[in-house]
Amino acid sequence: MNKLYVARNPRVAARSLDGEMMIMSGQDSTLFTLNKTATILWQAADGATPLDEIVEHKICPEFDIEFAVALQDAETLARELASHEILQVSEQPIPPRNAASGEAR
Amino acid sequence: MPELIAEVERLSLVIEIGGMPVRVNTTDPAFLGLLQDRYAGFLSDSGRPEIAFDVELAPPDWDDIEADVQVTQRHGRWSLKRGDFRAEWEPATRRGWIRQTASPYSIDAVLRIVHTLVLARQGGLLMHSASAIRNGKAFLFAGVSGAGKTTISRLAPSDATLLTDEISYVRKQDSGYLAFGTPFTGELSRSGENSSAPVAALYLLAQGPENRIDPVPAGEAARSLLANVLFFAEDEELVQEVFHSAFEFVSRVPVSRLTFVPDARVWELIG
Repeated sequence: MNKLYVARNPRVAARSLDGEMMIMSGQDSTLFTLNKTATILWQAADGATPLDEIVEHKICPEFDIEFAVALQDAETLARELASHEILQVSEQPIPPRNAASGEAR
Repeated sequence: MPELIAEVERLSLVIEIGGMPVRVNTTDPAFLGLLQDRYAGFLSDSGRPEIAFDVELAPPDWDDIEADVQVTQRHGRWSLKRGDFRAEWEPATRRGWIRQTASPYSIDAVLRIVHTLVLARQGGLLMHSASAIRNGKAFLFAGVSGAGKTTISRLAPSDATLLTDEISYVRKQDSGYLAFGTPFTGELSRSGENSSAPVAALYLLAQGPENRIDPVPAGEAARSLLANVLFFAEDEELVQEVFHSAFEFVSRVPVSRLTFVPDARVWELIG
């Protein structure tokens, strides 16, 4: 199975407030509130770290869940976030110029 | 021999909302009179307007009279469109034009949009909320239509200065915010007072069986504020600016839920 890479879309604005991550699409002003898993994924989505490493090092330690199950859930979640243009998903590392640098402010 | 070409008389006034003077030029005396009535209390003698609009009165676009507002930017020039008006504005030259019906609602909409664009760059906001000054402090009351903005405004005691019953004007200043009165009215149909004061609190309105103030978690405060911010432009950069401005606002201004029964005693909790 090919590795997947995820990167934050630079065309959204993001803020974390009291542990809640909120994202707004700059294109249509839609506001998303991320749950805990999605927040971890968003924060780790640097375009360079493969998804399986994010799951192993960031998600599994937070939840009592098997790696294989967590990876499958994370891939589904990543693709869903990508469908809302919050994340970018690729089978290749995503260059920094195409990825947001993290929480914008 | 009479002049073959008569110079058209140019009439103008300056409408100053939120400390931003906007000159409006027209050639129609009746329209000028309409503007003088509509914006009484917000007229200024400022000789240095931030923006000057030339207004041309024209019939509406009957093909698309119900068209929603559309605000876009191209090459530094903003284009504003709705069924009842077209307008362009170039911030670099501070000039623009409006083609509209002789309706105050059209120019009201243009002014609101232009103010949202200017405020977005400065960390300020226009929001769906009533606002009033009491004891030198401004209080905002946000909510969607029917939440009670008009009711809370109508119940305001005589020592409160009503800034608006519909659209609040909030400008960032130093480490806080100033709320300004606006002529943008809701059901009360009463223009706000042309005054300003530091913002002390934002209340999210809810009607209920008793008067009470409850804290609101920060995330909910930000979401509620964003839901009440007026912004029309399809512009990624400015949308992001407004998003961050809303978070700045809730980090600096206390946000609470104000549940109230529709009687004047609710104002005992405010100020």
